[in-house]
Amino acid sequence: MTQKTRPTAGETVPTGGISPDKRLEMYRLQVLLRQAEQRAYDLFLENKIKGTSHLSLGQEAVAAGAAAAMRPGDLSFCTYRGHAHTLARGVPVEKVLGELMGRDNGLMRGKGGSMHLTSVEHGVMGSYAIVGAHLPIACGAAWRAQYKGDSDVSVCFFGDGATNIGAFHEALNFAACRKLPVVFVCENNLYMEYTPIADVTAVKHPGGDRAGAYGLERIVIDGNDADVVYLTMVKAFARARAGEGPSLIECLTYRHSGHSRADPAKYRPPGELDRWKERDPVSIYRRRLETQGVAAETLDAIDAEIHRIIDDATKACEAAPSTSADILFTDVYADGGCSWRN
Amino acid sequence: MAQLTYREAVARGIAQEMARDENVVLLGEDVAKAGGVFKATVGLLEQFGPNRVLDTPISEQAILGAAMGAAMTGLRPIAEIMFADFLGVCYDYIANEFPKTRYMTNGQVGCPLVVRCGNGGGARFGAQHSQSVENWCMQFPGLKVVSPSSPVDVVGLLAAAVRDPDPVVFLEHKSLYATKGEVPDGEILDTLGTAKILRPGRDATILALGLMVPRSLQAADVLWAEHGIGCEVIDVRSLVPLDTQCILGSVARTGRVFTVEENPRQLGWGSELVSIIADEAFYDLDGPAVRITTPNIPLPAADALEDLAIPSVNRIVEMIRHSLSA
Repeated sequence: MTQKTRPTAGETVPTGGISPDKRLEMYRLQVLLRQAEQRAYDLFLENKIKGTSHLSLGQEAVAAGAAAAMRPGDLSFCTYRGHAHTLARGVPVEKVLGELMGRDNGLMRGKGGSMHLTSVEHGVMGSYAIVGAHLPIACGAAWRAQYKGDSDVSVCFFGDGATNIGAFHEALNFAACRKLPVVFVCENNLYMEYTPIADVTAVKHPGGDRAGAYGLERIVIDGNDADVVYLTMVKAFARARAGEGPSLIECLTYRHSGHSRADPAKYRPPGELDRWKERDPVSIYRRRLETQGVAAETLDAIDAEIHRIIDDATKACEAAPSTSADILFTDVYADGGCSWRN
Repeated sequence: MAQLTYREAVARGIAQEMARDENVVLLGEDVAKAGGVFKATVGLLEQFGPNRVLDTPISEQAILGAAMGAAMTGLRPIAEIMFADFLGVCYDYIANEFPKTRYMTNGQVGCPLVVRCGNGGGARFGAQHSQSVENWCMQFPGLKVVSPSSPVDVVGLLAAAVRDPDPVVFLEHKSLYATKGEVPDGEILDTLGTAKILRPGRDATILALGLMVPRSLQAADVLWAEHGIGCEVIDVRSLVPLDTQCILGSVARTGRVFTVEENPRQLGWGSELVSIIADEAFYDLDGPAVRITTPNIPLPAADALEDLAIPSVNRIVEMIRHSLSA
């Protein structure tokens, strides 16, 4: 999977023994993430989602390919740009949209919001809004697995911007030293917030070019190709489960929208977005499946099914009550309350 | 019953909990082979092995982050941040991660872990190795903050902190590591959120923590012997949870209260306690609540200067005597 130069999305078609079912699963996941994020964006415009939101439009192949390679019990650690990674693990759309909308049916009943999606039952161990903070946390979960002899792997997703924060380097060194079963997935979407990552980084590949510093293989892949992501992840998981230690995978991708709700992304050079849209992961994947003989009707049916799911979820969220006031003071401490004194 | 030093009590408490529960693990800089820079973890590597007692790199964020990830998924980590001042380089976990996780996840995830630190002044280490950081830690809903002053309390409160389902910052006082005290044999388990009245008195209440506890006891001796002033000395022990009943009950009996703290004047822990007393026991007071603090300065290194900065027995005596005679 290691590639020395920037790959061109969609040009190479890795087969790698991916089953037709697995391919349909990844297609379905990408369509789900695409439609759910577009719906989140629409709901923002309608002012039904408040606060902020960081969408993964254009980056679906990373979340889908990674999730498709994970087993139940594997743990995901996400960033504030975490809707896609949360949904990809099977968390219902209604729970995610409900959380974004501050409804009582939300994943955390509105106490976390867009940037903190967590669903332990799906292995989503949190979305972290402080850049880089969750890399050491993922190491800790992996350390537990190693110590207890558990077979789960922790997967930590983060952006290119996180590679310049200290916690990234502390976590990589700690994980490599102790051969922890953790997979670090850097989604390089070319921009750290509003600034091109290349303008503020000493190396060309913010993830891949740092791997050698921690004795790890340099892995830079096409993050817009779910098959490439999937196959790379499978290999990294096998390595982790075999006790051979962590992997650092840099996935080259691009976000179609701005950094957050407030960002129109006017800093991007003209034509860049259009060029990347030609490498849109969902379109690439659909074309590939059709080339391989999957009937368009089959794919259309998946699209329609997802559309229904998103519509139903949206309606359920619009009908759900606002979060109730009785949870304002709950779950600060393990006794269920917030009292800090007798 | 054995005479243990405060530092031996730390190792005894950790060993007690590690022997009880295989999910208890210890990590930090120099804690394993070297037995800790303060020699507070001597013998633990030998007793529990390298899978449970980990030497880490100088990576405080990795230490606290790893402790958190392990705690979230079933372990009961004890993380050492060598000097409490170093919480500054991993403060994200103290401020943003540990205390907020349970709430943000609507109760899905807890962080049952302990962060141990060498806290406080008196060792001539200068401004970045001498601070008392109780006030850095007690402001976050969701975090607990404990600081023992005697070997027996070290064992019992450490055990309670390890067994607590919430994250606890456990502040050991550097200048107390060599002090000795009686520690009973067998398992010792104390209760977080309980203050201790160490000396009864009818004229004034002294609220103290850590190294300020023995100094306050000495000051109380002097005030009684030389001035006939009876001071009730309370070892607060736990700032979060706070034993408000014990504190307010004492203030109701004495009518005067003095906090003695190493935190700098500006927003030390005493200010919060005095605020609670002003809100809830104002009519019990016969005079102003008085904070005896380190001045609003970084701590100097030279012994003559550091001794002037941190509340001394003499300063405690003089402030209480002056205030009560005013």
